[in-house]
Amino acid sequence: MPAIPLAKAPQPSFTSPAQLRNFCIIAHIDHGKSTLADRMLGITEVVDPRNMRAQYLDRMDIERERGITIKSQAVRLPWRSGLDNQEYILNMIDTPGHVDFTYEVSRSLAACEGAVLLVDCAQGIEAQTLANLYLAMENNLTIIPVLNKIDLPAAQPEKFAEELAKLIGCQPEDCLRVSGKTGAGVTELLDQIVLQIPSPIGDANAPTRALIFDSVYDTYRGVVTYVRVIDGHLSTRDQIQMFSTGVRHEMLEVGVISPEPVVSKGLGVGEVGYVITGVKDVRQSRVGDTITTYNNPAKVALAGYKDPRPMVFSGLFPIDGADFPLLREALDKLQLNDAALVYEPESSAALGFGFRCGFLGLLHMEIVRERLERESNLTLISTAPNVVYSVTTGDGQLLTVTNPSEYPEGKIEKVEEPIVRATVLAPAEFIGTIMELCQERRGTLLGMDYLSEDRVEIRYTLPLAEIVFDFFDQLKSRTRGYASLDYEPIGEAEGDLVKVDILLQGEKVDAFSAIVHKDKAYTYGTMMTGKLRELIPRQQFEIPIQAAIGGRIIARESIRAIRKDVLAKCYGGDISRKRKLLEKQKEGKKRMKMVGRVEVPQEAFVAALTTDADIDKAKAKAKERE
Amino acid sequence: MNTLAFYVHIPYCVRRCGYCDFNTYTPGELSITNDFSVTSRSYIDLLLREIEYAREISTATVVPSIFFGGGTPTLMESKDLGRVIASIGSHFELAEDAEITTEANPDTVTKEKLHDLRAAGFNRISFGMQSAVPHVLAALDRTHNPENVLKATTWAREVGFDEVSVDLIYGTAGESISDWETTLDTALSLPITHISAYALIVESGTKLGAQVKRGEVVMPDDDQTADKYLMADEKFTAAGFDWYELSNWSKQGSECRHNIAYWNGDNWWGAGAGAHSHIDGRRFWNVKHPAAYTQKVIESGNPMQEQEILTADEARSEEIMLQIRLATGIPLSSLSPNEQRSLPSFLADGYLLGPAWEGGSVILSQTGRLIADRIVREILL
Repeated sequence: MPAIPLAKAPQPSFTSPAQLRNFCIIAHIDHGKSTLADRMLGITEVVDPRNMRAQYLDRMDIERERGITIKSQAVRLPWRSGLDNQEYILNMIDTPGHVDFTYEVSRSLAACEGAVLLVDCAQGIEAQTLANLYLAMENNLTIIPVLNKIDLPAAQPEKFAEELAKLIGCQPEDCLRVSGKTGAGVTELLDQIVLQIPSPIGDANAPTRALIFDSVYDTYRGVVTYVRVIDGHLSTRDQIQMFSTGVRHEMLEVGVISPEPVVSKGLGVGEVGYVITGVKDVRQSRVGDTITTYNNPAKVALAGYKDPRPMVFSGLFPIDGADFPLLREALDKLQLNDAALVYEPESSAALGFGFRCGFLGLLHMEIVRERLERESNLTLISTAPNVVYSVTTGDGQLLTVTNPSEYPEGKIEKVEEPIVRATVLAPAEFIGTIMELCQERRGTLLGMDYLSEDRVEIRYTLPLAEIVFDFFDQLKSRTRGYASLDYEPIGEAEGDLVKVDILLQGEKVDAFSAIVHKDKAYTYGTMMTGKLRELIPRQQFEIPIQAAIGGRIIARESIRAIRKDVLAKCYGGDISRKRKLLEKQKEGKKRMKMVGRVEVPQEAFVAALTTDADIDKAKAKAKERE
Repeated sequence: MNTLAFYVHIPYCVRRCGYCDFNTYTPGELSITNDFSVTSRSYIDLLLREIEYAREISTATVVPSIFFGGGTPTLMESKDLGRVIASIGSHFELAEDAEITTEANPDTVTKEKLHDLRAAGFNRISFGMQSAVPHVLAALDRTHNPENVLKATTWAREVGFDEVSVDLIYGTAGESISDWETTLDTALSLPITHISAYALIVESGTKLGAQVKRGEVVMPDDDQTADKYLMADEKFTAAGFDWYELSNWSKQGSECRHNIAYWNGDNWWGAGAGAHSHIDGRRFWNVKHPAAYTQKVIESGNPMQEQEILTADEARSEEIMLQIRLATGIPLSSLSPNEQRSLPSFLADGYLLGPAWEGGSVILSQTGRLIADRIVREILL
């Protein structure tokens, strides 16, 4: 058997770099990365078959349910190669699979010498995978192309082998064919990893430099930091120092994941493992930072460290105002594990007290919201997400606007907004559709290439704000789910932007204000006033709903006064029942938010800020209440 | 004066109408196969037992009104209904001017039956007319010939009923504004002193409720129903019928005193299956099914299923909820500053009568009556 019992395998800290292979798997959601990883854990026998479970390495419920990896992991797999019968240690570094986490992906890649490019041979490569592949190639990683799911009836391995060969410059027959599900080809893949991926190179005698590629908060242990040693050696005896902060930490524990944590004496050149220093907050142990030893510090940090920069902002408000302290606690707790999450208290006339939060992107936002709701049992309203604007006022003042409410009144010299370079991969039949969508969203075509006869890569620059506003949903629905999208920020550009306010009976509702392109202002105004007309129940007076830019009304609707709100009959036997109904209605009224005199149901806020499907739900609820 | 009004419930109907959620049963549902007079006699016997029980419980002396509702009270033998009146009269003191009402189905009464009812002691009768338009009646599962109502009300006057009322229902599916106008004009041509007009309430658990839920029946929108209310109020007022409660209009002096007792929070005893009672802040109600009612009465004379003792807040809620329905309204001085808080804006929007407000009373205007429940919520929140 090519598996080696753990106890007899080369031990951490005593494994020569020549025996090491560090690799990651680049794959799109659904392309079977977790299943392949499960299979590797099984074949190398690091997980007992009795303890095996699906998606073994995905730790959070959200990861399992959504089939995505939010945080990376590194697993040490002992392996005896079937080609040369020698013992090796394979470190499999799992990478997050989403555009929001590109920076984290790049750090994971920097910890590897090679990458398995895993593509579902019924679907072909997707835009995010392509983006990560390019990242890997920029990092000079050896790429092993692998077609997965060859057991599927719809598999087209020949077609997609051509595509992969063209992308990475190899021959179609160089693509390995595996099935994570049946295990077919996985042993060969492990052997090819040993054969093709170079062993790490580093100077064991130089001052220690280790790259942090992930950092996870654990309730019991504090922050667990995942590292790849580049030069020198890390051991429990060391005091370590972070390059970016200069802060010194005691080393409490060093170890490897196999796939449960195993304490070791240390980590040598090229090795991958974890360190625990007693730090309580991942922001003190940041991804991309360099760890060195305090006594013999390295002079130069490893390249590529960046502070995470939030790209998308949204307000999060508890539905029940009394939950505000609970939300604060939950955010504080989440931040221990999420260095990219930023927030500050915000108060909204309509929604009460909450937090303005900054996220890496839309998925990051969704995940944070879901975790807050799930782990702290909160029900939240989130306002429409927006990007960061640089506004220069008439008197030359430069403002950074992360919230429409901060948008200055009065004369504005110019507004700049973030721009991204977007890549869309899709079947060629959708070229027209995609170009139309990108044009609608103020895109500029950069170029287009055929990946194969019938699949294209289309590149555009687009304002990030346009992507944040349902671009992905539109792309998916207009291409019947076939298109995939990736984007990266490339800077800022001046835009013809205005702030649209929504007024109920003349009162501005801050939660509905939006910064939009001038040409879209009318669309936004009519959309929002129309939605609200549907969502706000009739009241005893007429309610004008207006959309305005400054003092200029651009759209208006009105909710007619309610004419009938009475039960016609009230005799002896009806009285108790009617009083109980009244009490229930009084409770319902307490859940209303008041905007001036107007009662707005919570669901109206939620639905107005989200999609059409939610509006139907809110209407159903409102009807139930009646 | 320590008074106790009586409501007497007769839980039987020949057939059930699709919109009705009252506590009533058809002979088929109860597997009654013999002559209905037997059922009549034995049910009345039970009522007499319950009246004896009421006598034990209540400290009241005078009974100002009795109201027989259902169900269909006229399914009972008139002499049996008379036994109930006589029993109440013997255990309590029936006021000299006591108002004694029965509901009646215009289809099934004969002049002779009406004569018998009058002889049994009834002095007020209320006919379930609902509509004068055949397709509207059909939608309500009512089958009577609209002409029967004219006959029935005329006979009632002829046999000596001075107080004759009809019930109308508006807002039935398929009822147009002009259908409703026809109904109103027809009702106003009858020899009557009182009209009740109710917007149809779709109750869950009824045939109509299920049809609406399944989308088989589409109810007219509330705005049209509101227009119908306004039309009714205009026509009634012009014909000399003044509103004294949201859904009730009468000639001067012909108000239904029994119903006013409900809205004033007076004490009343509800006898019969499923009937509700109110005595000094305590509400209690009887078991609903005639079989369960029979068993309980035979066992102890007390057919009560459950009771609630109103808290001060609940009593206050009820008081406002009921009084606001009346043309006499609520004295402004009886409302706390917090309860009054929302009223000026309702006044400004025309939902309260201005002159009454100046005079210190909160009285709903025509449009205000249509949103009475909303105004109650605002007062109480």
